[in-house]
Parts: sequence; structure tokens; C-alpha cells
Amino acid sequence: MNRTPILFLNVLVIAACGLVYELLAGTVASYVIGDSVTQFSLIIGLYLSALGVGAWLSRFLDRDLAARFVEVEIAVALIGGLSAPLLFFGFARLQWFQLFLFLVVFVIGVLVGLELPILMRILKEHLDFKELVSRVLSFDYLGSLFAAVLFPLFLVPRIGLVRTSILFGFLNGCVGLYGTWLLAPLIHRRLMALRIRAIIVMVLLVIAFLQAKTLTSLAEDELFADEIVYATSSPYQRIVVTRGKSGFHLFLNGNLQFASADEYRYHEALVHPALASVSAPAHVLILGGGDGLAMREVLKYPSVKDVTLVDLDRKMTSLSKAFPALAELNQHSFSDPRVHVVNEDAMIWLDRNPTRYDAAIVDFPDPNNFALGKLFTTRFYRLLRAHLTPNAAVSIQCTSPIFARRSYWCIIRTIEAAGFHVRPYQTTVPSFGVWGFALARLQPFEPPKRVVITGLRFLDEGTLASMFVMPLDAAPLPVEINRLDNQVLVRYYEDEWRKWS
Amino acid sequence: MLSRRELLAAFLGMPFAAIACRRDPRIELPPGELAGASDQVGHRLRSPIRELPRDWISIDRVIVGAGVAGLAAAWRFAKRDRDALVLELEEVAGGTARSGATQVSKYPWGAHYVVAPLADDQLLIELLREMSIIDSSGEVGEEYLVRDPQERLFYRGRWYEGLYLAAGATNEDLRQFHAFEQEMARWSAWRDGKGRRAFTIPTALASDDAEVLALDRMSMGEWLDAKGWHSPRLRWYVEYACRDDYGALLGDTSAWAGIFYFASRIETPGKRSEPMITFPEGNGRLVAHLARSAKIETGWLVTSLIPNESGVDVVAMSRDGRHLRGIHAKQVIFAAQQFIAPHVIRGFDRDVSDFTYGSWLVANLTLKDRPRTSGFPLAWDNVLYESPALGYVVATHQSDIDYGPTVFTYYYAFCDRDPRVARERLLSANREQWAEVVLSDLSRAHGEIRALTERLDVMRWGHAMIRPHPGFITSAARREAVKPFRNIYFANCDLSGIALFEESLWHGVRAADEVLAM
Repeated sequence: MNRTPILFLNVLVIAACGLVYELLAGTVASYVIGDSVTQFSLIIGLYLSALGVGAWLSRFLDRDLAARFVEVEIAVALIGGLSAPLLFFGFARLQWFQLFLFLVVFVIGVLVGLELPILMRILKEHLDFKELVSRVLSFDYLGSLFAAVLFPLFLVPRIGLVRTSILFGFLNGCVGLYGTWLLAPLIHRRLMALRIRAIIVMVLLVIAFLQAKTLTSLAEDELFADEIVYATSSPYQRIVVTRGKSGFHLFLNGNLQFASADEYRYHEALVHPALASVSAPAHVLILGGGDGLAMREVLKYPSVKDVTLVDLDRKMTSLSKAFPALAELNQHSFSDPRVHVVNEDAMIWLDRNPTRYDAAIVDFPDPNNFALGKLFTTRFYRLLRAHLTPNAAVSIQCTSPIFARRSYWCIIRTIEAAGFHVRPYQTTVPSFGVWGFALARLQPFEPPKRVVITGLRFLDEGTLASMFVMPLDAAPLPVEINRLDNQVLVRYYEDEWRKWS
Repeated sequence: MLSRRELLAAFLGMPFAAIACRRDPRIELPPGELAGASDQVGHRLRSPIRELPRDWISIDRVIVGAGVAGLAAAWRFAKRDRDALVLELEEVAGGTARSGATQVSKYPWGAHYVVAPLADDQLLIELLREMSIIDSSGEVGEEYLVRDPQERLFYRGRWYEGLYLAAGATNEDLRQFHAFEQEMARWSAWRDGKGRRAFTIPTALASDDAEVLALDRMSMGEWLDAKGWHSPRLRWYVEYACRDDYGALLGDTSAWAGIFYFASRIETPGKRSEPMITFPEGNGRLVAHLARSAKIETGWLVTSLIPNESGVDVVAMSRDGRHLRGIHAKQVIFAAQQFIAPHVIRGFDRDVSDFTYGSWLVANLTLKDRPRTSGFPLAWDNVLYESPALGYVVATHQSDIDYGPTVFTYYYAFCDRDPRVARERLLSANREQWAEVVLSDLSRAHGEIRALTERLDVMRWGHAMIRPHPGFITSAARREAVKPFRNIYFANCDLSGIALFEESLWHGVRAADEVLAM
């Protein structure tokens, strides 16, 4: 029986797979949790100790070693192969993600730890001990080197974490399936059942590999600088959450909505000028803002009795409520009893509902298509006017007055044309650049002098006042009014952003 | 019955039929109904019905036909506190401006917009004010004007904004297009000695100056030739307007009517065409308002109008043919099309053979989702450059609904030179066959349309719209037809030679005023 050289090749593959799972878990953990030194250190430690546990457990296996080996391979193929998708999935849904992560790492470690001792015991019949240890261990380290080089240089940048994980699971499956032939003379019972199990797992992995396309496309993986930790498509948009060194990013249809590192600047600037304008706002309306971050700022006011948030996309608002990282960022504002969420088109909702509010925050994505452009028309702002109490204040996100100066002033003039008095203002958000807003009220007014609540990270009296000074390069331009029957804004916007992208 | 292949070849052209027929024939058609105008009931009039009813009642004023003209007459009577009874053959009022509904949306079955009125069109202004569509400041509410994006054109696998195919146009194409636009602007500024516009709505207020009327003696095609405008894109653009509004090709449309389409919508040179006013149910919204003040009895075919010394005896038959009723009326407004008059009015001796009507197929497709498209996004009006049909309008567009289920209203005007040939073709195919044509045509642009369509209803309009062929606008027959025949007054847009809501409104009110002046 001269199958030993092939068995050593198996050792090489097993070793490579084992290291890849460890690297994958470490990478996923550092992507989604951040703090890569701690994550890698913890995972390497846990993984190595799990290998030890596996090696120790191998002593309890006595009979049918060959069959056990194939079974372990199938288990590693399944759990290791699906580890990255499982971890991403768990991250998006589980409060105790870290525990889940450790559990997955430990289980894989134990299984991988079982592999080599069993294999060595199978081979010991054919080789003397000195030879065996030397060959198995050298192939083991060779496999690790192979994986360690391939992982950062090829696997992660080219095929992504999810596919890498599935691919190596498949390789484990190959080793298992091939083992049923290679070790056939040593497997006494149920050879066919083993083969079928191996094949089922491998088919499952192939399906998962193909489905990985619907999770995130290869093109999409290349589009985003950071790793995609969550991606989904709703009827309205593509929602992608990425995680990088600086934290989370949320993208809708490929456009950045916020970066966790500096979103407080944006949302403080968006919300507080309006809420500080009204004495004791009780009823607040948020249009758009499905990430719940503007709502977090609104809920800081003790006078607020109820908040109605109207966002078209149920998937977005559900994600903001249930995705632990997002929920933490918005301080679980969707679980606040004062909050009432409506998943409808804001324009249609305004047309059908009569309620009036003391303040409104309008936080729609930029008008890069007609369906969004309609939410920046005179028609829309007139509808909004009918939902305000006489002293109400409204703040509106109006795209960048630098990158899209004409679009910005088109929005300002359109709000004015709808009968509002408007004070344009701007601030700097590092992820976005200089960003523009409008503060609008039904009567002539001066911007607020101070924010009444404490505990803000960005706005103070001086900053607040400075926001209402528009720099020269963002000064007004002559523009047309954006109307429902003539959406000039969408055209301005497309023209202007084309220059920058 | 035609085979599927023959049918597609006949209606969409041979090469396309060949491609379409290679598809899997097992795919089932979505369910639906044939909503059709009641051609069979109406065609009973082809042989005069001489039978007289036993029961007679007396009503001063009877209006025959609850289309827009008839309803407009009733609207006028109601404003002057006069009663009138409207008799309508169909089960619902509205004529070609009627509408339908599914759970997804209301949708039009025919006419689906009016142009925002200029100063001449006081009647439409009055109606729209009454409906609060025009507000106290005289502005049309933004939500009633067709929402942007309004029009797009599908050409070789991609959608482009607007109805003029500018993509790939040569400099000469563009020069001719701009020259054409300038010519239309020039006509919009033209005034005669009495200060009247050359082209205005209603047409009754337009100039009768010889320079303008001379345009009626040539076809729109000849007029373009005379200008030296041969650009295929320009001619397609102008012909589309003729097909859309008149159901006729360039060579069969009076140049007067062709220019009217463009020039009447421009207030002054330098201004854009007046915007369009529309509703999810098309002009069904306007019809519903007019009908509110009218007393309408549907399902009655007026078989005879017998003028006598004291007025007009009206004989009507129920749709099932079982019941006859008689009305002694003092005056009758005949708000049906002229071609019907000789079949109904006793002693009517006018020649109506100059009145010809186009045939239309309208289909409403209820979709579970919108098809994906490349290029310019879904608009209100969506036209396929290479299709003989007119494309489709999106019923949910004006409701601001931008996602999910919707209704496409598909229009196909038959532009055969001989309208009788077109009518025969229209009536020769059933709902299933028309559904096949509609889906095949739309699949040029939307490969997935079959899978998305949950319901497909079809309407066959045999006599949909008057066709303003060269010479018709200035014809003696048309001018004569406006005059009353004894105590019967006429009201229908065919009297203008232009099938527009506004023209029906004008003639309905004019006829009512003539009756009131008696």
C-alpha cells in the first residue's frame, strides 16, 4: 500500500485549511468589532488551545480510525467552510456576538486538532515514528506557510472572506471524500454512507458559494474600500454596511449615508438648530433618517413627547433597530416608547395625514434620481408646511454647497418658493466634506443662539453661530425652482457630482 | 381566426413576428377581459329601426350620448338650472375619456390628459377652477401637472429622455429640429387682423385667415417636404404627434392639424409648451366631475330622432333589445359622432361621408412590479421608436408611487389610409390575440413583461377619434354640420375635426347655449 505520499499531500491541505479558518475568524472579528490586536490575539490563543483540546480528545477514539478521520473532515468542511458567512450573519443579528465568535472558533479548533493525531495513528502502521513525525510536521508547517502567504495576498483581496471560507471548506470536503477511497481498506462499515455525507456537504458548499453572489457581488466587494459586513437589497435600494479601521459606514445604493466616526457632527448639525429654535418641542416629525441617528439627537430633549419617523424602507428601519452595531450607535432609539415608525413614501404619507408637529427633520438621501428628487420639490415643501404648528422649525439636509453648489441653492430657493423663511447653514463632516442644510420656519426668524441641552460632542454656541456663515465659495447662485413637473434639481445634481466622481 | 404568427406579422411587422414566434409558445397569457365599446349593439343601427314604443313621456331637453360633449351640455344646463336627460348606450358615461380601476390604481381607457389652458380656453379654466385644480391665484396645482420625468423614448436597447430622438442625431438633424421648433414658435405668435391666434384651443376661436386655412389644403408630409425638412428623426417626431392625436400618418393629416398640435400649446415664442394636466384615471377625473351635475341613463341606444312641429320625438332601445321607450322632447342635443346621424335622425339629408374616424386599441396591463430598464428611468409617457404603436403611460406616475405594482396603459392607433380597413382589423382579433400583440410589442423594450403582467384588459375603439385629413378642417360639410337640424343641435369634437377634450367641452356648451337661447 503505497498511498502515503498522497496522505502527506492531505496533511498539507488540512494544515492550510486549519490556518485559513483561524485567519478568517481573526479578520472577521477585527473587521466587525475593530481593535485587531486584541481580536487576533484572543482568537489565536483560543484556537491554539482548542487544537490542544482536540489532540487530547483524540485519545478517546479507538476504533474505525479511518472512518473517524473522514467524519472529522466532513465536519470541518461544513463548520469551517461556513464560518465566515456564519460570523457575518451572527454579527448582524446577535447581541452576544463575541460569545458566538469564540464558540465557532473553539469548535473549529477542536475539530482541526483531531485531524493530525488521527492521521498519524493511521500512518504509523506504515512508517517508523521518526519518519512519521518528521514528514507530518514538515507538511503541516508547509501548508501553514502556504495559507499564510496566500491569505492576505490573494484570497482576501480577490475572492473575499466569505468565498475564501467556503472554498477551503470545500477543500476539506475533498480530503474527506478522497479519504473514502484512499482509506477504503481501513473503513469496515458504512463506506457508502460516508461518501454520501461528504457529497451532501460539498454540494451545500457549492450552493453557498454561488449564493455568496447574492450576498455581495464580487464587483461590490471591490467597490467598497472596507470589508462589507452586511448587505441586503430591499425593493427600494441596496443597503450595505462596511467596517473599517475607523468604524462603520452605511451605504445606500453605493452612496455613503454616514460614517460612525464622524456622524455625530452631521446629526448634531442637522437636528439641534431646528429643535433649539422651538421652545419645548413636544411633537417631532422625522422624514427619512431610517438609520435612527437623527432620532437619537431628537430623543435627547426631555420635552419631546412623541417622534414620528417616516421612512420608505422597512428593511432599513428594521436593520437600524436589530443590527446590534447600528442599534448601539443610535442608542436603541427605535426601542424608545415615544417613537412611532411609519414605512411609507414620505410624500404620500404627508398627503394623507393631517397631524401637525412642532419640529421636523428632513433627512433624505441626495436627489440623485426622480423618486428622491420629488422629495425636494415645492409640492413636497408645501405639503410639509401643512404639517407644522405656527412656531415650528424645520431642518433639511440639502447636499454639499461645495460639491453641488447649484443643487444646494436650488433646494434653498425651492423651500423659499414654498412659502418658508430659510436660513442656509453648513458644517464640515470629514467623511462627506462641507455639508449644507437649511433651517426653515413659517415666520421671519434669527437662528438660535444656543443649544438648550447638554452633552453634545460637536455643537457649542460658537460653532452654532459659525454654521450660519456661508463661505464665499458656497455663496448663492442663480437657479431654477425644483417643481414636481420640472425636476431641475436632479439634473443639476447629476451634472455637478459628475465632475467630482 | 389568424394564427399567432400571422397576427403579429400583420400588426407589428414581419421580422419582429419571426423573432417573437421563436419564443416558448407554452407561456400562458395573463387573464383579462375585452372591455370594448359596444360595437354589436351600436351596429343594429345599420338597418333602420322603425319600431315605435307604446309608452311616451315628455322631457324638455334630451342629450344623446354621455361622452364629454354630452356631459358638457348637461353641465351647462345644470348651471342655468335647466333639466336635461342624457341617454347613453354604454353602461358607463365618459365616452373615450372613461376610466377603470384595479386594486393597484385607477387607469384611463382613452384620453388621459389636457393641456394647461391658455387664456382662450375659458371653459376649461372654469371647469378646472370648479374642481380646485386651478387655485384662486389662477395657478394649476403642481400635483396635477404631469410629474417629471414626463417622456422617454426607447431606441435600440436603451431609453432616452424626451420624444425627440436626440441621441446620435447629426448636426443637420438638429438644425432641422430647431428650425421646426422655431416655426412652431412663429405660428404661436401669429395674429390676424382681429387679434386672433392662428392656432388656439378651442379651435372655434382660431383665425379663419386665408394664410392659415391654406395649410389645410396640404398634408403635414407635404408641408415638411416644402420646408425641405427630411430628417427621419424630425419626421418621426412630427408623425408621432399625428398618430397620437389624430390616428393618422403624415401623408393623411392636414398640415393645419399637424401644426395646430404644436403651435396651440405655446403661449408666446420663447416659452415652453404649456404643461399637461393629468390624473391616474386620465380624463376620467374630468368626466366624473361633469357627470355629477348630469342626469344620465345608461344602457339606452337611441334608435330614432323624429323631428316634428313641436320638437323631437326620441326613441330609445335597451341594450338587450327588449324595451323601447319614447320621449317627446322640445330640443335634442345630438352629442354622438356625425357618422351616426343619418342612421338615427329621420329626414337627415346631409352628407357626412367626409367624417372619418380612426380605430384604437387600448390595453391596460396590471403589473406586479416595474420592469427594469436601462438608460432614462420610467416616465409618465413611454414610447418605443421602432414600434407602430404609441407606447404606454404609467397610471401610478401621478400618484407619486415610484415602486412596486403599477398599471401600464398601452395605446395603439391604427393609421391605415382607409379607416374601414383598420376597423376590420381591430375587430378581427379577440382579447387573447390582442394581448399577444401588446405583450410582443412591449417585450421589445421589456423582456420580462409577460412574467410581470398579472392582468391584461383590452378595449377596442372602432370609431375612436375624428381624423383631420387634408381639406377636412375647411370643408363645407364640417361647417354645415355644426348648424342645428330643425330642433336637433349637434355637439361633438368631430365638429372641430380635432379629437380633444377641450373641443368636446366647447361644442357641448355651445350647443347647450344655443338651446338655452331659443
